[in-house]
Amino acid sequence: MLTNLPIMLPAYPEIFLLAAGCTILVIDLFLKEGARWVTYALSLAALAGCAGLTWLVTFMTQGQPAHTFNGMFVLDTMASVLKMFTYLAVALCLVYSRTYLADRGLHRGEYFVLVLFATLGMMVMISASHFLTLYLGLELMSLCLYSLVALNRDSALSTEAAMKYFVLGALASGLLLYGMSMIYGATGTLQINDVALATARILQGDPPAKAPVLAFGLVFIVSGLAFKVGVVPFHMWIPDVYHGAPSAVTLFISTGPKLAAFAMAMRLLVNALPSLAGNTPQFPSGWQDMLVILSVLSMAIGNLAAIAQTNIKRMLAYSTISHMGFMLLGLLSGIVGGNALSAAEAWSAAMFYAVVYVLMSLGAFGMVVLLSRSGFEAERLEDFKGLNARSPWFAFVMLLLMFSLAGIPPTVGFYAKLAVLQAVLGAGQVWLAVVAVLFALIGTFYYIRVVKLMYFDEPTETAAIRPGLDVGILISANGLAMLALGILPHPLMQLCLQAIKSF
Amino acid sequence: MQSAPWLSLSIWVPIVAGMIVLAAGDRNLREAKAIALFGAVVGFAVTVPLVTGFRTGTSAMQFVELAPWIPRFNVNYHLGVDGISVLFILLNSFITVLVVIAGWEVIKEKVAQYMSAFLVMSGLLNGTFAALDALLFYVFFEATLIPMYLVIGVWGGPNRVYAAVKFFLYTLLGSLLMLLAFIYLYNKSGGSFAVLDYHKLPLPLNAQILLFVAFLMAFAVKVPMWPVHTWLPDAHVEAPTGGSAVLAAILLKLGAYGFIRFSLPILPDASHYLSGFMITLSLIAIVYIGLVALAQTDMKKLIAYSSISHMGFVTLGFFIFNTYGMEGGLVQMISHGFVSAALFLCVGVMYDRMHSRAIADYGGVVNTMPRFAALMMLFAMANCGLPATSGFVGEFMVILGAMKFNFWIALLAATTLVFGAAYTLWMYKRVIFGEVGNEHVAGLSDANTRELLVLGLLAAAVLWMGVYPAPFTEIMHASVDDLLRHLAVSKL
Repeated sequence: MLTNLPIMLPAYPEIFLLAAGCTILVIDLFLKEGARWVTYALSLAALAGCAGLTWLVTFMTQGQPAHTFNGMFVLDTMASVLKMFTYLAVALCLVYSRTYLADRGLHRGEYFVLVLFATLGMMVMISASHFLTLYLGLELMSLCLYSLVALNRDSALSTEAAMKYFVLGALASGLLLYGMSMIYGATGTLQINDVALATARILQGDPPAKAPVLAFGLVFIVSGLAFKVGVVPFHMWIPDVYHGAPSAVTLFISTGPKLAAFAMAMRLLVNALPSLAGNTPQFPSGWQDMLVILSVLSMAIGNLAAIAQTNIKRMLAYSTISHMGFMLLGLLSGIVGGNALSAAEAWSAAMFYAVVYVLMSLGAFGMVVLLSRSGFEAERLEDFKGLNARSPWFAFVMLLLMFSLAGIPPTVGFYAKLAVLQAVLGAGQVWLAVVAVLFALIGTFYYIRVVKLMYFDEPTETAAIRPGLDVGILISANGLAMLALGILPHPLMQLCLQAIKSF
Repeated sequence: MQSAPWLSLSIWVPIVAGMIVLAAGDRNLREAKAIALFGAVVGFAVTVPLVTGFRTGTSAMQFVELAPWIPRFNVNYHLGVDGISVLFILLNSFITVLVVIAGWEVIKEKVAQYMSAFLVMSGLLNGTFAALDALLFYVFFEATLIPMYLVIGVWGGPNRVYAAVKFFLYTLLGSLLMLLAFIYLYNKSGGSFAVLDYHKLPLPLNAQILLFVAFLMAFAVKVPMWPVHTWLPDAHVEAPTGGSAVLAAILLKLGAYGFIRFSLPILPDASHYLSGFMITLSLIAIVYIGLVALAQTDMKKLIAYSSISHMGFVTLGFFIFNTYGMEGGLVQMISHGFVSAALFLCVGVMYDRMHSRAIADYGGVVNTMPRFAALMMLFAMANCGLPATSGFVGEFMVILGAMKFNFWIALLAATTLVFGAAYTLWMYKRVIFGEVGNEHVAGLSDANTRELLVLGLLAAAVLWMGVYPAPFTEIMHASVDDLLRHLAVSKL
């Protein structure tokens, strides 16, 4: 009997991906330049295998939270759902980027390995139930992302962006660790559920002297988190990194990691520190108030700065900031004065928002990648001029994506905003909801400007757009999903609600 | 008793047809146009049973369809019409047919996309009028922005981008606040988006006033009421002829319809409390905008301002809270739908030949286009509210209602008859009568069969409504009475 070994069932997908990543790394060494498609196919197969395993494990645990590694790792429904969407996002990234990378000589083995390990990092983050596990996952993901940004090592812009990303990312990790260590000092544990119990006890006055340490720890944790999620005032890296990285990498950074960041916020704030939410007699000012400031600033600066951009990658970067701010609104509306009655609705709204945002971002950056050719980056807004004349179909796909990002019905972006606004008003924060819609209105301007460029302006170039069949079909499905999910939003909403309810 | 889901058909037939037209594209132009016309005509045909099968004498919703849509938010696909909304569905589907015919040869670029946009918009507008679920209403209400934005921006005049963006953002601002109001009502009513539930929901006065302001932002921009009307002249002037016609005939009605369906029955106390304010805004629109119209040199702009002035009459009729005012306002809405669409189409007929909308470029058109001039005469007269045209009925009823309410308000409102006649007939005189102004006018050819067909159909509608308006008022009577009864009961 292997009694010393933990039952590793909940972590099978991670173990599988780790093994697959290492195997692919070795196999790629023996492949000739022309046989890169093998690596590509194997990477996709690895993701498919992960999806199968995740489904299987979820099925076997029957949706009950399953802990392993002495409570450091958990597989609950939220983790399963988020992981499934992560696999989908990563797989789509691989497909969308293939031609782009091949044209630039970047379609190398290390790209796949880095992507797969970054994915592993996200999975660990999503399933972490211990501060250390969370940090491990975060670092694994971040280190892979730093190197991915610098994938095109001859580009000064890329290396500068990678350097910035690395320095600021390291700083943020430091902040996060410092915060965790303070929480550890106060509670004596790093296990997330135990932290929650211990903080509650401390606030009940057992022992009261530790409450200030908790407050300090919270500030550092929220700062580190805000950096990783990318909200104002910790957003400085986003436009530069999105702009500097090769478009295919930007596509990757703006999708999967957002889901992981959402999971991290849930684990850290909602699971570990619910008693520090604030607005209670014991702890009057907590992370709720901090998130209010972060999200209002993000929506303001993200939307206003996006208007001034001429580069679509920078524009979408600022739009990311504003969307993450909006997502935080859902997160902070869960607990009203220490009471978490309607919390599942609010958090599921935030999760729905995150998932929908990732789908929209996949499509939008996917279009940027698709319009780029060898020797030409379609990253200026002007490059979208007259797209309707060049390719009515892809212009229509982009139109759906833009209206979805703007939150105009009947696209799914509207329902994401609706769910979050409902949560915010349900929490009684009327002014916050008004601020949110006003900035959403301002944000609409730059999305419809893209539509204007595509439909109202004459094209400056006439090169036909002929993506590969796989990319064409997938990105069309991606765009049409905005409409389909908008007409039938219920299944996805329900999935998110189920995921949050049982976590 | 119900045979077919006529309301769903009236929404989805045009949308599906529009999608097919879009897919057919400009490569199969003849087929695309044929499908567009077919879709529009069938779309109109399926709305006919709504009127023939309509039971007058009850204010209950008819042709109700109910199916769960988003159970998570308790949102239902809930359709139904009463005596108020059924007429607008008919009007909308009718105008769509005309717009498709009017754009038949005139639109040269991206024809399939043009037709498709109008068909999709027609379906969405029908959805807005038929929705009995607040969120469903909102989705349709907002979704209409997308095709209209494209119509103005792609096929519009020189300054079209500015006009399109202004139109989009202006109307979006209002409707976002309305969305917050809906969510507030949803939370307040214990999780329901059903409009009819809101009608019974008790609300304190301060909440009612805030909600009223939120609704006002949405609907006032759409109507448009002074002082949030400034997007309209821009949008009208730059939009292509069909766009202007739909904008004036249908989209503006959404705002007024919103007052009737949401503001008045859900917030009766706030409506009474703020009625003075609303009446003032309406009177400013009638008098001041009437004067502004007088000063215009661009025909489309003149008609746009005239629309604002006429819509002021509608809101005035609603907020004096009696049967004459309310029914007069509704009749005025429908009449204005015909007349403004007709006038914009008339301008379009001339613009297609001359490529100018400036009054000064014309003169003596009657000499070269006599048949056209005769038809336009009728519409100009209807616009001034001449008896025996549809314009007279609504204005007369509203003035009658206002007279019961307050003499001075009625007097001010009646000035519109003077101003309306002044700006319309003066424009008509400068454009149509007199010596032939220049060689361009001398070379004009009279309206062709297609144009005569479109204008002739509208002329018949205008005359019918002017001579025998009883069928229209009969349909709406029970619903209006019910609304007024509802308004008289406080919800505090």
